[in-house]
Amino acid sequence: MSFNNLDTLYRQVIMDHYKNPRNRGNIDGEHLAIDMNNPTCGDRIQLQLQVEEGKVKDAKFDGEGCSISMSSASMMTQAVKGRSVEEALTMSKIFSDMMQGKEVEEKDIDLGDIEALQGVSKFPARIKCATLAWKAMEKGVDEQGQA
Amino acid sequence: MDIKTVRQSFPILDQEVNGHPLVYLDSSATSQKPVQVIEKLEEYYRNYNSNVHRGVHTLGTKATDEYEGAREKVRRFINASSTQEVIFTRGTTTAINTVASSYGREKLGEGDEIVITPMEHHSNIIPWQQAAKATGATLKYLPLQENGTIDLKDVEETVTENTRIVAVMQVSNVLGTINPVKEIAEIAHRHNAVMLVDGAQSAPHINVDVQDLDCDFYAFSGHKMCGPTGIGVLYGKRELLNDMEPFEFGGEMIDFVNLYDSTWKELPWKFEGGTPIIGGAIGLGAAIDFLNDVGLEQIEAHEHKLAAYAQERMKEVPGLTIYGPEERAGLVTFNLEDVHPHDVATVLDAEGIAVRAGHHCAQPLMRWLDVSATARASFYLYNTEQDIDRLVDGLQKTKEYFGDVF
Repeated sequence: MSFNNLDTLYRQVIMDHYKNPRNRGNIDGEHLAIDMNNPTCGDRIQLQLQVEEGKVKDAKFDGEGCSISMSSASMMTQAVKGRSVEEALTMSKIFSDMMQGKEVEEKDIDLGDIEALQGVSKFPARIKCATLAWKAMEKGVDEQGQA
Repeated sequence: MDIKTVRQSFPILDQEVNGHPLVYLDSSATSQKPVQVIEKLEEYYRNYNSNVHRGVHTLGTKATDEYEGAREKVRRFINASSTQEVIFTRGTTTAINTVASSYGREKLGEGDEIVITPMEHHSNIIPWQQAAKATGATLKYLPLQENGTIDLKDVEETVTENTRIVAVMQVSNVLGTINPVKEIAEIAHRHNAVMLVDGAQSAPHINVDVQDLDCDFYAFSGHKMCGPTGIGVLYGKRELLNDMEPFEFGGEMIDFVNLYDSTWKELPWKFEGGTPIIGGAIGLGAAIDFLNDVGLEQIEAHEHKLAAYAQERMKEVPGLTIYGPEERAGLVTFNLEDVHPHDVATVLDAEGIAVRAGHHCAQPLMRWLDVSATARASFYLYNTEQDIDRLVDGLQKTKEYFGDVF
């Protein structure tokens, strides 16, 4: 594998999210807080979600980890913000399929920057980095649903 | 030690990974296996696979001889006074858990102390946390010096009359620190405490003499010393082991079984419930033969040279931080400024270089270092200075690569 292959992993847009994370910080007011870590490698994310009337009104995160986990968290918050819970979960499913290298039907949802993470599927050791933030989001929405 | 001959015993090293010749620098996680061990395992499974200590048949006798023969090899390897003191376990983790449960939970009570260090592997922390919780004992930590070493004065101050157990790793899997376990054992004994040494990172690399160390328990794993996974050893002084209850109950470890109570076999078998790890033990015996043929002194000297060379060469990489003391075992843990260790490991992997990235099962130590993760290159008898040159080149490229993408 040459450094060209690495470029499929470390796309410009990923590095941009890593260096300039979107939605990093805390939500004022009532919100869900989800802490999740990847115990095998030490990546951790604290995700905050504001869910009202079945809609993700706000999403912010903090945490520490590699370029893939942190850029994925940044992209995830950007992607789900303003969407319905249902749409957010659909995106999570699409993302999970994408990580497994499955053909992704885009349907009606524009994936935006997230598509840049497609290359991660070729680096099996890094898939868990990319999915951490999405798992945290799913957990938060799930807990909200049960409340 | 002829490195060429050594490497011929490890066919796995002779391959390309991602288009480059493999450089394996992750032996602290698990070592590679020489053909001598692979062939011994095959010999056992092909020719005399049988359960031990049971059958009257020929294969059973052969398997038992080989299994108990491996125990004698281990005894000599660590210079235990008797094979009764050599218990086969699944690995270091099970060995430490056996002591924490069978000795710790039995002997500890409120007001008693267990003393460990913040550099321990999780497997030498959590069993003690649980033993402390179960018994009301207190878990205490020795402070570390700024360079990641232990000062014996701190040991004198931390170990008290209330201390019952002191448990310390002989070599740190992160810092490479070589701890003065013999001196610590002496201090522990002066306070009537017992001393457990976690030898997972030392037994594969240096001569170990449990009688000279005068430790009460010594734990290590086979797979880090050229042996198979799933086999490890708990050494314990006979009088202590005799006084302990078994850790697992079932077949193999019993003497008489009645309807409502039972009695145990003698040492070491009372700690080996169930069908033992026969293939694993025989494989470990072959690994010990292999290491003895090369010579532990030679291996230690070789790794010492590699560690010094690596530290010297890695200083050339701008923005690289090395953790731990200058005088170290054969591993270097580091971080590259602005690049997360996972990203370092991915770029190195693209160059065919295998290193470990993460918290190395030492989360408290990561917090002590004030980092979330680190990368680690660890060496064994089959590594060369060329491997380290490749690592340094790879790190330079990593630096350039991330310099470009940022």
